Amino acid sequence: MKLLIFAGPPSAGKTAVIRQIIRQLQNEFPIAFLKIDVVRAFEDEELSKEFGIPARKVYSGDVCPDHTGILVLRDAISWADDLGAGILIVESAGLCLRCTPYTTQSLGVVVLSAVGGTNSPLKMAPMIALADIAVVTKVDLISQAEKEVFRERVREVAPAVDIIETNAIQGSGLRFLMKAIRAAPDITAPDEIVLRGMPPLAVCTICAGKKEIGWQHHFGILKTLDSADDLYRGE
Amino acid sequence: MEPVAVTTITILPGKAKDGSRESFEEITIHPGDMISIVGPTGSGKTAFINDIEVFACGDTVTKRTILVNSEVPPDDMVRDPARKPIALITQNTKCLADLTVQEFLEMHVKARRIADESRTESTIRLANEFTGEKITGTMRMTALSGGQTRSLLIADAISISSAPIVLLDEVESGGIFKENVIASLKSHKKAVLFVTHDPLLALLSDRRIVMRNGAVGAVLQPEGREKKNLSLISDMDVFLSRMREKIRAGEILDDEVPVR
Repeated sequence: MKLLIFAGPPSAGKTAVIRQIIRQLQNEFPIAFLKIDVVRAFEDEELSKEFGIPARKVYSGDVCPDHTGILVLRDAISWADDLGAGILIVESAGLCLRCTPYTTQSLGVVVLSAVGGTNSPLKMAPMIALADIAVVTKVDLISQAEKEVFRERVREVAPAVDIIETNAIQGSGLRFLMKAIRAAPDITAPDEIVLRGMPPLAVCTICAGKKEIGWQHHFGILKTLDSADDLYRGE
Repeated sequence: MEPVAVTTITILPGKAKDGSRESFEEITIHPGDMISIVGPTGSGKTAFINDIEVFACGDTVTKRTILVNSEVPPDDMVRDPARKPIALITQNTKCLADLTVQEFLEMHVKARRIADESRTESTIRLANEFTGEKITGTMRMTALSGGQTRSLLIADAISISSAPIVLLDEVESGGIFKENVIASLKSHKKAVLFVTHDPLLALLSDRRIVMRNGAVGAVLQPEGREKKNLSLISDMDVFLSRMREKIRAGEILDDEVPVR
C-alpha cells in the first residue's frame, strides 16, 4: 500500500486535487481516505458518496491537528491495510504553516494556490521544503509571467521539489502527479515510519484550553518577556 | 539547455459538447501566423486556446491533442513555464502579485535567467505603446487598471518571455490600442491566436477559426477577399475611437464628429 500525505493551507484546493487522483487512479488501486480537521469536515462524506471509497475523519478539537494526525496515522495504516487499500490518502487540516506532516515511506504533497500571493511560498517554507511534490492550483487565474514568478518563489524555498501546475477542477497538468503516484514505493515497514522533519507538534497548555495569561499559569516550554531563551517547567 | 526551436504547433481534433468528433483533420500553426477565433459565447473559444496553453494530450474536457514540431512535446517544455514557448494573456485583467511593476519584471527576468539589465525598462516602454494610461516602474501591480495590466503582460510576453506563440483572450476588452498590439506582435514574428468579438481584429487575421458547440466548426482563409470590408471597418474604428476619446474626456458631442 502507498501512503500519500497532503498538506497545504485551507482553500488551496487539496480536496480538488485528491478528487482528481481518485477519479483517475481508482481503477488501478483501491483507495482509502482519511481527513484530519479541527472542528468540522465534510470531505470524507463527500468523497465516499461520490466515489464509493472507504473514508473517515478525525477531529482534533482542542489539540493541534497535525499532532492528532501523527497520533492516529499508525492506526489509519492498519485500517486501510485491513480494507485491502492500494493507496491511503491522508489530508491534513492545513492550519499550521510551520508544520510538515510528511513521513518516511510516504509521498508528501503540498498544495499551494497560485492566487495566494507572491510571498506565500516563503511564508509556508517548512511545509514546502520537506514535500516531494508541490502542486500549484488555480493557475488558470494568473498570467504566464505570474506563474513563472510564483515558481521562482517556490524554488527559493525548495530547489529540488517537483512543481506541478494545475487547474485542479479541470485536471490539467495532473498527469505528472499521477505518474509520480504510480512510481511511489509501497510502505515496507509501517512500524518504522517516522516524521521527516521536526514540526512544532507539542501540545501546549493553551492548545489544551488553559486560558490564563502569563507563563506562571502554564507548564512545558515557557517564555518570559525579557529572557532570550525558552525555559522548561515540568509538571 | 537551449530551448527547442518551435517550427509548428499542431492541433488534433477532439470532441464537441455533444460527444461527436470534430470534423477537421488537423490545424497547423507556424511562426508569424495571425489566427482569430470567433463564435458565440459558450462555443468553446477559450477552451480552444486553453488546450494549446496546457499542451493537451487527450486529458482536457475537449480531448484534443497538441503537438509541437509534429511530436508530443517533451516533459520539460510542458512543465517548466520558463521553457514554455507559449504565453497566454487571459481575459482576467487583475494581477495578483503584490509588487511594484519594476520588482515584478525583475523577478520575471530572474526566473528567465536573462542577464540584460535594461530589459525591464524596455518592457515598460513597450507596454506604454499599448496603453494611453502611463505605466511607471514604481506603480504597484495590484493598482494597475485593466488596460495597463494587459498592456504590461503583453509587453512582458513579447520581450521577457520571448514566447514564439502568444494567445490572447479578448484583447479588445481591456482598453488598449489593439492595433498597436497586433502590429508589434507581427513585427516580432510571433504566431498569434486571438479570441475576439471585434470585427476589425477578426478581419486582420489571416485565418479564422469558427467555433460551434464546443467544436471547431470551420477554418476560413479569406485570402484577401475581405479587403474592402477591412478598409471600411478600419475607418469606422478610427471614427469610433475618436468619439470614444471625446466622451472619455468629458466632452459633449454637439458638433458632428468627422467620419474620416
